[in-house]
Amino acid sequence: MLLGDEAIARGALDAGMSGIYAYPGTPSTEITEYVQSLGLKDRVHSEWSANEKTAMESALGMSYAGKRSMVCMKHVGLNVAADPFMNSAITGVNGGMVIAVADDPSMHSSQNEQDSRYFGKFAMIPVLEPSNQQEAYDMTYEAFDLSERYSIPVMIRITTRLAHSRSGVERRDIKPQNKLKTPENPTQFILLPGMARKSYKKLVEIQPDLERESADSPFNSLEGGEDTSLGIIVAGLAYNYLLESFEEFKVPHPVLKISQYPLPVKLIADLYSRSDEILVIEEGYPLIEESLNGVLGREKKIHGRLDGTLPRVGELNPDIVRQAFGAAGYEGLKVPGLVRDRPPALCKGCSHSDVYYALNQAMAAYGNGRVFSDIGCYTLGALPPYNAIDTCVDMGASITMAKGAADAGLIPSVCVIGDSTFIHSGMTGLLDAVRENSPITVIISDNSTTAMTGGQESHAEGRLESICIGLGVPADHIRMLNPLKKHQADNVRILEEEVAHKGISVVIAERDCVHRLRKKRQQKKSNSNT
Amino acid sequence: MKSDIILAGVGGQGILSIAASIGMAALENNLEVKQAEVHGMSQRGGAVQSNMRISSRSIASDLIPRGEADLIISVEPMESLRYLPWLSGQGWLITNINPFINIPDYPDLDSLKETIKDVPNHLFLDADAIASDLGSKKVSNMVVLGAATPYIDIPYKSFEDGIRKIFGRKGEEIVRLNLEALRIGRDLAEADGN
Repeated sequence: MLLGDEAIARGALDAGMSGIYAYPGTPSTEITEYVQSLGLKDRVHSEWSANEKTAMESALGMSYAGKRSMVCMKHVGLNVAADPFMNSAITGVNGGMVIAVADDPSMHSSQNEQDSRYFGKFAMIPVLEPSNQQEAYDMTYEAFDLSERYSIPVMIRITTRLAHSRSGVERRDIKPQNKLKTPENPTQFILLPGMARKSYKKLVEIQPDLERESADSPFNSLEGGEDTSLGIIVAGLAYNYLLESFEEFKVPHPVLKISQYPLPVKLIADLYSRSDEILVIEEGYPLIEESLNGVLGREKKIHGRLDGTLPRVGELNPDIVRQAFGAAGYEGLKVPGLVRDRPPALCKGCSHSDVYYALNQAMAAYGNGRVFSDIGCYTLGALPPYNAIDTCVDMGASITMAKGAADAGLIPSVCVIGDSTFIHSGMTGLLDAVRENSPITVIISDNSTTAMTGGQESHAEGRLESICIGLGVPADHIRMLNPLKKHQADNVRILEEEVAHKGISVVIAERDCVHRLRKKRQQKKSNSNT
Repeated sequence: MKSDIILAGVGGQGILSIAASIGMAALENNLEVKQAEVHGMSQRGGAVQSNMRISSRSIASDLIPRGEADLIISVEPMESLRYLPWLSGQGWLITNINPFINIPDYPDLDSLKETIKDVPNHLFLDADAIASDLGSKKVSNMVVLGAATPYIDIPYKSFEDGIRKIFGRKGEEIVRLNLEALRIGRDLAEADGN
């Protein structure tokens, strides 16, 4: 039984992938972890990257060298990697390259619910959207061929529900890895304007071919159904909820299942011509529905997330889709009134909590509204009992937003960032602040791991102090503290001193994540037993 | 056969081991399985659930529609009630009675018990005490699973085989403990049913 994420990894490995690149991010993390769990180190590269941009570029480099590569990320990670992503569509690929992006509708573990299919359309590359674990495997397996056939990167788009759901998967023949081979065209990867214009023209020219691929793809199908009062277009995972809405999974209407983009216009036109009205069911934004409506709308009614037949925001589920077909709302048991919310919280003994208790005390004199934070477990410091932070926007934004606020006159401004996030996107912002000696204090709450996503290794380990010195932070304003309750008085004093300092300062609060510590101890124990 | 199960608990309580054991037992009987899990932020002490669907026919949705779950298996009493809208009229709610209190406004335990008693088909058990008697509090989730096994149409032996497969690499002693926990849970449920 494989998670959707694991099925993607398995499909890529069986298709002869030579390397996978990623930064951990829910719900995409398990793709890379699966490859790592197999111990293929000698044959398949699978180390974590510093961020999604470095991952995307490394994958492109591996493709340049003729090998099949994969890069994985969560939806917002694609924003970080957008520059190489967009340009990889222009350069094209040499070895097949597949970009697996996991979206998170309903924001189970994310800051937004952006729909990566738009990015695929934006870059003009094929997007595959599996509806189940088997398709996740099959589509990834075939995506590499598609990528090499048109010398173009291919995106696999999944959402949380498939990423983190298990089912049985049948495997296909294992293909050998590609041989090392540099591109035949020596200027393919040089995007100087003169060359880029040619490459871009070629990308535009192959669009009809990609559309034909979609129309002929076994992953897109138009099935009968005699009741043509309604024609249904359903994308990816939503297909399951459609089936679940009818007895024996028998849908009385014609159904166009779309799992490969660009949109198969011919099939859509066929469905449109034979149906009185159209219902579009898609997970994420109303991408297909908007395309159908165009600017001026159509003669026939188009139903979906835009006209309120389905909710405009949030993840779909079988109940929501059933209601679109007129099922009454559920009237069974209710959640009893005494059931309380149970939001996630920092673990017992977590070092971040000691950082926040000390910080709250150190900042009491300045009042609220001065602590900028970032993405990680420590974002939970926004909730009681801490109420310690005022922002959480995107990876690395704590340092740069604190700098901007200080530029505006909010002095002192303080930021809290984790070790892994600091490596991901914090270092460059710190350099901005160093150059202007901005009056901010950067607290790196260093638990020596990427904890929120399950404790992956952090590139920061053992390097934070030297990185800060290298970036030019004055050595006497790089302070270490040990975030334990018994050191609270010392920690408050150190924080007070650095917050009062009228220039850049960094406080590194280092203590292992409690889960990491437990793992380390278990390993030590099992090592000493053998 | 069809069995739609919601597993409930708090992040870190081990509902995924229950899910894996049921999944293994189902596969041994050549049944279709889909199992939706929660990963990410909620695993940090938040409410977590897993939708587990088993069927002799193909399964479409990874998620169980409301009012169609045959079972709620919970390792925590308040969490068992959070998913009541998914329980069918004939469905069973099986829960550990030991609260996991990590929020300031956790309800009164006696009121919780009363509310659970309002569910027509319910069974609560002190799985933690049973597990402690066995020598490891960790196996309390297997006591709860054991109590649920009479309500899943899969031979009991398959659950035992599943546990052997899942815990095998952890050693014979761990396997024995988990099997014993499963048995006691099963016996309790059968005694309750009589």
